[in-house]
Amino acid sequence: MEKYDIVVIGGGPAGLAAAISAKRSGIDSVLILERDRELGGILNQCIHNGFGLHTFQEELTGPEYAHRFIRQVMELGIEYRLDTMVMDISREKLVMAMNRKDGLFDIQAKAVILAMGCRERARGALNIPGFRPAGIYSAGTAQKLVNVEGCMPGREVVILGSGDIGLIMARRMTLEGARVQAVAELMPYSGGLKRNIVQCLEDYGIPLKLSHTVIDIRGRERLEGVTLAEVDGRGRPVPGTEEFYSCDTLLLSVGLIPENELSGKMGVEMNPVTSGPRVNESLETNIGGVFACGNVLHVHDLVDFVSEEAGAAGRNAAAYVKEYAENSVTGSAKDSVKDGTKASTRDNWKDGTKAGTRDNWKDSVAGSAEDSVTGSVEDSVGDSTKDNRRDGTKAGTSENATGRADHQRGREIRLQPAEGVRYTVPERINVSRMDEKLSVRFRVGNVYKNCYVSTYFDRERVSRRKRQVVAPGEMEEVILTREQLLQYPDLETISIKVEA
Amino acid sequence: MIYESSMAYESNMTYDIIIIGAGVSGAAIARALSRYQANICVIEKEEDVCYGTSKANSAIVHAGYDAVPGSLKARLNVRGSRMMGRLAEELDIPFRRNGSLVVCRDKEEFPELQKLYERGVANGVEELRILGREETLAMEPNVTDDVFAALYAPTAGIVCPFELNIALAENACENGVEFRFNEEVKDIVRSGQCYELHTGRGTVRTKYVINAAGVYADVIHNMVSRRKLHITPRRGDYCLLDRAAGSHVGRTIFALPGKLGKGILVTPTIHGNLLIGPTAMEVEDREGTNTTREGLDQVLEKAGLNVKDIPVRQVITSFAGLRAHEDGGDFIIGEPEDAEGFMDCAGIESPGIASCPAIGEMAAQIVRDKMGLREKSDFVSTRKGILKPDALTREERNALIREIPAYGNIVCRCEMITEGEIIDAIRRPLGAKSLDGIKRRTRAGMGRCQGGFCSPRVMEILARECGMNLQDVTKSGGRSQIIMGMNKDML
Repeated sequence: MEKYDIVVIGGGPAGLAAAISAKRSGIDSVLILERDRELGGILNQCIHNGFGLHTFQEELTGPEYAHRFIRQVMELGIEYRLDTMVMDISREKLVMAMNRKDGLFDIQAKAVILAMGCRERARGALNIPGFRPAGIYSAGTAQKLVNVEGCMPGREVVILGSGDIGLIMARRMTLEGARVQAVAELMPYSGGLKRNIVQCLEDYGIPLKLSHTVIDIRGRERLEGVTLAEVDGRGRPVPGTEEFYSCDTLLLSVGLIPENELSGKMGVEMNPVTSGPRVNESLETNIGGVFACGNVLHVHDLVDFVSEEAGAAGRNAAAYVKEYAENSVTGSAKDSVKDGTKASTRDNWKDGTKAGTRDNWKDSVAGSAEDSVTGSVEDSVGDSTKDNRRDGTKAGTSENATGRADHQRGREIRLQPAEGVRYTVPERINVSRMDEKLSVRFRVGNVYKNCYVSTYFDRERVSRRKRQVVAPGEMEEVILTREQLLQYPDLETISIKVEA
Repeated sequence: MIYESSMAYESNMTYDIIIIGAGVSGAAIARALSRYQANICVIEKEEDVCYGTSKANSAIVHAGYDAVPGSLKARLNVRGSRMMGRLAEELDIPFRRNGSLVVCRDKEEFPELQKLYERGVANGVEELRILGREETLAMEPNVTDDVFAALYAPTAGIVCPFELNIALAENACENGVEFRFNEEVKDIVRSGQCYELHTGRGTVRTKYVINAAGVYADVIHNMVSRRKLHITPRRGDYCLLDRAAGSHVGRTIFALPGKLGKGILVTPTIHGNLLIGPTAMEVEDREGTNTTREGLDQVLEKAGLNVKDIPVRQVITSFAGLRAHEDGGDFIIGEPEDAEGFMDCAGIESPGIASCPAIGEMAAQIVRDKMGLREKSDFVSTRKGILKPDALTREERNALIREIPAYGNIVCRCEMITEGEIIDAIRRPLGAKSLDGIKRRTRAGMGRCQGGFCSPRVMEILARECGMNLQDVTKSGGRSQIIMGMNKDML
């Protein structure tokens, strides 16, 4: 049977960055398994620009951004297999995969990095009534048809959901000759990035109809039209506001769902809010040596932060493997250990531009109180299941991991989303294992204006940062430092809140 | 034999038997008749078999306690249910007797439950039992705590309605029955000893006509008989939930039957999803398979009356089907008095799926006796289904991939369907011609992402295998093209 130190499941932006980082952290035996025909994942169909602003200080297209990483994979001689579907992963990290050439085969890994990305929510999840004709596509499927196959899904378009892919596709369809009549959004705010609303809708005069949804679909063979209606505060159509749009195409951009079927099957614990694994400061799941990053962990807005997060996962997996080696030498077959030792070689997995320059859009810690966790948005469009496939997120875990000599072993601090905050990644921190800086990413449940994002250490507010606006469509971040945490040896819970 | 729509008809061709409709009844009759020496043809107005009522129903093999004793429904249901096990084996299709419970929540309604039990006994349903609250909950812990009693029918089962219909048709086809698709019967005229069928494509002659036209069976019937039939389509909305919810109940959970049908049920499907529905709404439009907000809301609400904690957030799709309800309320199988050589198979609503083996048997016997048909020596009663690689051992599977590498290529990630299975679905007799055709045969696109990832890949395979352009690939025939041109060609 084949053996690798680290097997990376998925060759999209997360998998590529994780593999590169693992290799640069000193692990030579790294394998990427990719189910598609090429590396790069969903970036390959994201031909618009806007990628890489944080990582490379450049505006790249999706394929260009992917290429930067693919090139490093090549240069570093990292192994990868395409057209290869991972069928199963055991708790013991036995990976079963399949492709045309090798059939079903097993690989024993010491560490596994989950980087499978996400999928789009389908019409069924919204339970939109009406007929089921041709002409209804999730925005990403349409994006693939247009950008990769060169085919037009239709001529007269209505888009439901203002997730970023939907916004991007409104512009793309317009540029390719279709008429986009409207973008309807169930929520009173958009699920997409502000810049996309401006550049993809406003610049083309496409109306964004907030608090609207599709209530009927007409056409037996090919779509003939949809009925939009305004919705009340609980998402229910308001009688009398119905408006019929004659169209042949309906695109759905109503959220993304992490693809965790493999993770779930192997016993990885899931967070019901993110639909991704629960992880600690090392992005490690409840199964030792199994790490997660990118959209399979939680849906991001910007790919730059997927890469950053994945870089951390790669380093941490490398550290795990090194410890694993040590432990096997000393004969103690431990599973999830990792303390003192950590990859001392943290560094530039993103060529040139070091990430060290984390800037200020990420507050550091702050806080005071309000509550109103309204918009739990579970079924609504947008939010946790964020649309993303193209840009990125403020993610990023930690910067430097040098001098890991502290001996605080074992104790874990719990991270808790509180008022207005829907989840945090990670959910647990072991100070002894954390890097000097740890970025905690989260999303808020509603739009809040002129508020504070506050951080509490148990009951003490240790920081707060003034924000003009926070919205579910944009991932937020708080940076914790090891130094700061070491000053609170009895700390049990860190909570993050949105406060008035 | 498959009739290609581009071929010209042989002008002097007269069939022995034409069956109108390739739904589950038409296919069951075709298969039952294919054991006899006769020149048989099935005419279907859509592009594929299993396109109307047969594709959108509860897929339940009812035990047979619902119908009034002595009715055709009662007789054929019980007989059909008994035949289903063997049929499923012969046709290599999945079928499981998971049992069913009719839930009675109100002590005052208990007499109704008892009546149902007595009916079942009168109809010859075996092993029926009335369970008390505790026993019911022990059997199905997610049945509502309000349950007072339940009627348990261990013989009830679940099938895949697509595979059942497709397999019957394939088997008939392999035994020499001809299928014509995209051909709608517009009129039927008696001509001497024969009937002439005027279709959208010309005229076809036949000695015998079998009307299995589903919600159009009254229209077809009324072309030849003065004793009019009247069918009202009764729409039923359903929601299908992810496989993750599939084990929420093990048995099919019914409410006590109401006026318009058996009420809203909660059942596992044969493929491990959870299905809830249907509503019962009388509609005018015989093509009115659109769901409505009210209907879907009603499904979610009423399903929750008998089964608790249904994870409704895991709905992956919703759909509606039309029951062909005839005014008389029973199945109509036989010749009208004023139309010799013409047989109805009309009013086939629930329990149509359960009854179909018996419907085929009964109809075939009538025609055999009328026409004096003789059995063939070379009838093949078995059919091999699409090879399912995940049913193989690892060694077998790897051997298969070595021989046919397409079996190593997963196309549908949610249902783990390989390119090999999709090619099989296209190339086999009465093969798939559209995305929905592939979906119904292989389940590719039927999973939680509903074809989001795989539909472009499936389109490619279809275009390649059928030698057509991507632009000609349809969702389900007709004008249901997936793409409408190339980039910028409108600019």
